Amino acid sequence: MTAPHLSVRDLNVRIPTPGGVLHAVRGVNFDLMPGEVLGLVGESGSGKSVTLRSLIRLHRPPIQMTGTVEYGGQNLLAASDAKLRSVRGGQISMIFQEPMSALNPVLTVGEQIGENLREHKGLRGRAAQERAAELLDLTGIPSPRARLSDYPHQFSGGMRQRAMIAIALASEPQLLLADEPTTALDVTIQDQILRLLLRLREELHMSVILVTHDLGVVAQTCDRVAVMYGGRLVETAGVNDLFHAPKHAYTLGLLQSLPGAGEHRRPLQPIPGGPPDLRSLPPGCPFAPRCAYVTEACRTGEPPLLEVAPGRFSACIHYDELPALKSTLEEVGV
Amino acid sequence: MHSSYVIRRLLQIIPLFLAVMVVVFVLIHFIPGDPVSAILGDRATTENVARANRELGLDKPLIVQFGFFVNQVLHGNLGESINLKVPVLRLMLDRLPVTLFLDVYASVLGVVMAVPLAILAAVRRNTWVDSLIRAVFQVGLSLPGFYVALQLLTLLGARLGWFPIGGYGVTFGDHIYHMFLPALTLGLNLAAILVRTLRNSVIEVLTAEYVDFARAKGLRSRVIMTRHVLRNALIATVTLLGLNVGGLIGGAVITETVFAIPGVGKLMIDAIFGRDYPVIQGLTLVFAVLVSLVFLATDLIHARLDPRAELS
Repeated sequence: MTAPHLSVRDLNVRIPTPGGVLHAVRGVNFDLMPGEVLGLVGESGSGKSVTLRSLIRLHRPPIQMTGTVEYGGQNLLAASDAKLRSVRGGQISMIFQEPMSALNPVLTVGEQIGENLREHKGLRGRAAQERAAELLDLTGIPSPRARLSDYPHQFSGGMRQRAMIAIALASEPQLLLADEPTTALDVTIQDQILRLLLRLREELHMSVILVTHDLGVVAQTCDRVAVMYGGRLVETAGVNDLFHAPKHAYTLGLLQSLPGAGEHRRPLQPIPGGPPDLRSLPPGCPFAPRCAYVTEACRTGEPPLLEVAPGRFSACIHYDELPALKSTLEEVGV
Repeated sequence: MHSSYVIRRLLQIIPLFLAVMVVVFVLIHFIPGDPVSAILGDRATTENVARANRELGLDKPLIVQFGFFVNQVLHGNLGESINLKVPVLRLMLDRLPVTLFLDVYASVLGVVMAVPLAILAAVRRNTWVDSLIRAVFQVGLSLPGFYVALQLLTLLGARLGWFPIGGYGVTFGDHIYHMFLPALTLGLNLAAILVRTLRNSVIEVLTAEYVDFARAKGLRSRVIMTRHVLRNALIATVTLLGLNVGGLIGGAVITETVFAIPGVGKLMIDAIFGRDYPVIQGLTLVFAVLVSLVFLATDLIHARLDPRAELS
C-alpha cells in the first residue's frame, strides 16, 4: 500500500470569541492518498473550511491549532516559517470560494500569477509572462496574453475563478486545497470549473481536497468523501459506497434532503433543527438532538470514528440500522 | 483616456477661477476698514484720504473697480501691492517657492512618520505599542500648532542648538536644515491625521481574503505587507493626504510666523491687516489654482492606486 500524501492526526482548532472558546475542529484524523480527490462535506459551521485552512496553518493567532499535519515527512503545524512558505503555494496551493474577494483588486492577474512564479519557480520578466499566459490558456481563458494586464474586476465570475486556479497552479503544486470553489458560481459555470479541476488533476497529477456543502459536486468530482458535523469527522467512505449506503444518520439525512433529478424527483426531507453550538456542545453525539435514530446511548458518550466495514469509517452507533438508499449518482443530478 | 480627463479637469479650473474672483472681491470690500486709513492712520485729513483714494482708484464705483481688476487679471497682471509698491506677481514669485518647499517637506516628513507607525500599530493592534502610538498622535493632534512650534523651537532650536530658530537659508541643503523644525511641526500634525486612518485601513485590509490568498501562495510577509496590504490601505489615505496638503498652501500661517519664514501665509496675513486689496486678491486666486492642482494630482494618484476607480 502506498504511503499517504497527507496525513492529519488529532487536529484541533480553537477560536477564542467574546462568548467563549469555539472548538471548531475537534480531533480530526484523515489520510489523503496520492492523486485522490477527497471531498470534505458538511453544513455551514461544521468546521470543514476551518479544517482546510489549518492544513497549511493559515489561521493566525489568537486561533490555536494543535495536532499534526504530516506532509513530505514534516509536520506542517510545527514547521519553520521558511519551510512552511516553500510548501504553501509551492507544493500545496489553495483556491477560495469567492474569487472577487480572494484576488487582490489593485494588482493585475498577470502580476498575481507572476509573484507566484517568482517565489516558487524563480521565473521573472519575459519567461514569467510567457508562463503566465500558458497558465491562463491552460485554465481556458480566451486570449490569455491580452488578459494578463487586466484587473480582477474586469473578469466575469467564471473567468475570475479560472484566473484564481491559474494563480494557484502556477507553482505546479502536488496538492490543491479547494474551499467551495464553485459555490459563488451559477450551475453551468460550476460544471465547467469542476471539469476543469478534474482535467488539471489528471494533467498535473495532483491530489485535491475539495470542501463543499453540495453533494452534487461531491458525486461529480470526488473519489472519497469525509463528512463533518459539529467539528468532527462523522463518516468517511468511497463516494459510491457513501451514496448507496450511508453509515451515519447525519449522512443519511443529508442524502435524503436532496431533491433528486428527473424521474427521481421526490419531496425534500429536511433535517430538523439547526447545527450545534460549538461553544456548548451536549455530551454524547453532537447530532443526537436532531437524529431520528437516537437512543439513550447516543447521549451518554461521543462515539469515536471506527472502521465499520473495509475502508469505511463511521462515528454512529446505529450505523447498521440505517437503510441502504437506492440512490445512484444520477439521482443526485450528475 | 487619462489625458482627456486631465484636460477636462484643468478646464474646470476656469469657472472656479472666475467665481473666486467675484467672491474674494466682494468679501474684502465687506471687511470694515480700507487701505487708505490703514496707511494714513486716524490722523489723516479728509483731503488726504480723498486724494489717496483717487490715486488708488478706490473712489470709483465697486463695479468699475471690479471690471478693472478682471481686466488686469485677464492680461496676466495681478496688480501692484498698495503698501509695498511692488507687483503682486513679483511678491508671489519670491514667497511662493518657500511655502511650497515647506509644504512638500512637511508632507514627506508626515508620510515618513505615519506609514511605518501606522503599520506597526495595525500589526500590533490592541497591544501597548498600538496604544502608545495612538495616544502620542492623539495628544499631538489636540495641541495647537503654535504650541508645538514653540516647544520644538525652544527645545531643539534654542536649548540644544541642533536647528536654527528661523530663516530660510540660501542653498537647497540650507533649506532642508533651516526648514526642518517648521516642516516637523506641520508634519507631526499631518502624521497624526494619517496614522489614524491608515492604521484602521491596514487592520481592515489584513482581514481581507486576498491577504489569506497571498499567504497561501507562500509569499514573504514583507511582500504581503507592501504589495498586498499597503497598496490597498493607502487608497483611502491618499485622498486624506491630498486634502490636507491642499490646506497647507496658505494655511501654514502660524508656523510661518513663529519660525519667521518668508512664505505666502505670512504675506497674506500682512496683506489682510494692511487691507492690501491687490495682494489679497492675487494670492487668493493663486491659492485656488494651486489647491485645484493638488486635488487633481490626488485624484490621479488615487486612480493609479485603485484600478477600479473611474476617472469621470
